[in-house]
Amino acid sequence: MTFVVARHVVLECVRRRVFLVVPIATVLFLGLYWFGTDRVFDQTTSFGVSVDPTVVTGATMLGLSMFGTFFLGAILATFLTFTVVRGDAEQGLLQPLIVRPLGRSAFVAGRFVGAAAVGVGYSLALFLTCVAITGATGGWWPDRIAEPALQLAGAVVFVTAASLFGSVFLATVANGIAVLMLVGAGLVAGFLGQIGDALGSDTLVSVGRVASALLPFEALYQAALRSLTADLSGPEGFIVRLGPFGGGADASAGLYFWLAAYFILLAAGTVAAFARRDV
Amino acid sequence: MATVFQATEIVKAYGDHHALDGVSIEVQRGELFGLLGPNGAGKTTLVKIGCGLVRPTSGQILIRGHGPRSIHARRAIGYLAELFRFPGWLRADEVLGLHQQLAGSNGGAAERAELLDLVGLDYASTRRVEKMSKGMQQRLGIAQALIGTPDLLLLDEPTSALDPAARHTIRRLLEGLRDRGVTVLLNSHLLSEVELVCDRVAILLDGRVVTEGTPDELIGGSGVEIVTDEGTTSYPEARPADVPGIVASLVADGRSIYEVRPTKRTLEQVYLEAVGGRMG
Repeated sequence: MTFVVARHVVLECVRRRVFLVVPIATVLFLGLYWFGTDRVFDQTTSFGVSVDPTVVTGATMLGLSMFGTFFLGAILATFLTFTVVRGDAEQGLLQPLIVRPLGRSAFVAGRFVGAAAVGVGYSLALFLTCVAITGATGGWWPDRIAEPALQLAGAVVFVTAASLFGSVFLATVANGIAVLMLVGAGLVAGFLGQIGDALGSDTLVSVGRVASALLPFEALYQAALRSLTADLSGPEGFIVRLGPFGGGADASAGLYFWLAAYFILLAAGTVAAFARRDV
Repeated sequence: MATVFQATEIVKAYGDHHALDGVSIEVQRGELFGLLGPNGAGKTTLVKIGCGLVRPTSGQILIRGHGPRSIHARRAIGYLAELFRFPGWLRADEVLGLHQQLAGSNGGAAERAELLDLVGLDYASTRRVEKMSKGMQQRLGIAQALIGTPDLLLLDEPTSALDPAARHTIRRLLEGLRDRGVTVLLNSHLLSEVELVCDRVAILLDGRVVTEGTPDELIGGSGVEIVTDEGTTSYPEARPADVPGIVASLVADGRSIYEVRPTKRTLEQVYLEAVGGRMG
């Protein structure tokens, strides 16, 4: 039953005309990224010090692409889930489905699996395309590809789960605004943490850590950024980590335990709240 | 006869407002039961509790002896909501296919074709929902409710968007279902429709059942109107056996009798008396 609902979500993405905007926006993003990366590699031939400009430019640009990929993936995940309970109930889309024998928890699990599959697939495809563009235009390839890709995909999964949770309580527009504001707030808090790290500000570093704990997609995004350049050393590594798209924070084992606990709580909260909700 | 739908002292409160205030009704197997009442009387809330979409504040509903949210009840129910939509990007046949999968029906293409034919949509099986009129979507909704041959149909205003010909088709369909032993709980504002097809009727007002019975019981006995040289006089309580006596009495009083005609109340009159002319 869960699979039936998940497949319905995937089919919706393929068939609904409104989702035409996704490939259009993606092509625009990739075109701009290609153009910008190509120009930056051409124009950045030397920093005047003994730093390899290809490494710094490539790592920074790919970090930037990761920001764009996460943002687009988060928007897609949000739009696939922000109406699932309250929004769809108000439109009368939900009731015919959940009176069927599948039950509410299987229904919401199916919606999550479908949306997460689309969001993860999209984010991975976009990130890997950006890796390829960076390599093709400037000849720079990150040492690690799978690890940051999976961490980025994990961040999108958390946005999906958060949006689904919000859909139980909030009407469509309110939930969409809330989730995207949380994503934005998390990213800004992460940048503040990186700036604090570079400047040696304990307060800003704490802000970043608290934001990462409260908004786990931010922790995963930061981990993905760090994974991208984790093997860079020397002056190139130092310079890249100073910038907003090359810093990030390591993902510890503790973080993954916290992420697992957080996800279980979020899933249980969604199922429990949906079970009690009159529709 | 087996009780298929049993509501016992159902109360649903939203803050201080009681949408339902102690409603008890029973619907037997193969019965076509009509729920009437003005807007806000609690009809939709009762049906929603019956299919597990809304939880009662107190009281309970049993579907064939099981709670509405149990798997047994869900397998027995077919439901058409008053306000519903299907995804516009799905085709009619795909809507039914999705519900077949969710209901665990193995009727396949034959069941889908039969149901579309039953509601007069056989020509539109590949049409997207977004290209359908409201009436077509309503008929598709009825077909969806019939997926998996449910034992109990909960229909909330099933004919509200239909033209008279389509209403007639649905009436025949409901009667056919009743003949096959399907139990139907029907919410409707269309009193004539309820009067025509329902075996029993309950009228709800302010969350309570104010009257219940067969249409004939509610309408009551026939009266007569007698036209004399002094005009028309109505005898609403008169039974057929009373008529000769009344006529003889009038003749003895010197009246000339021109016409004696039976009169009958309609369900609409019964309804208006029950709800006190209240509008939703």
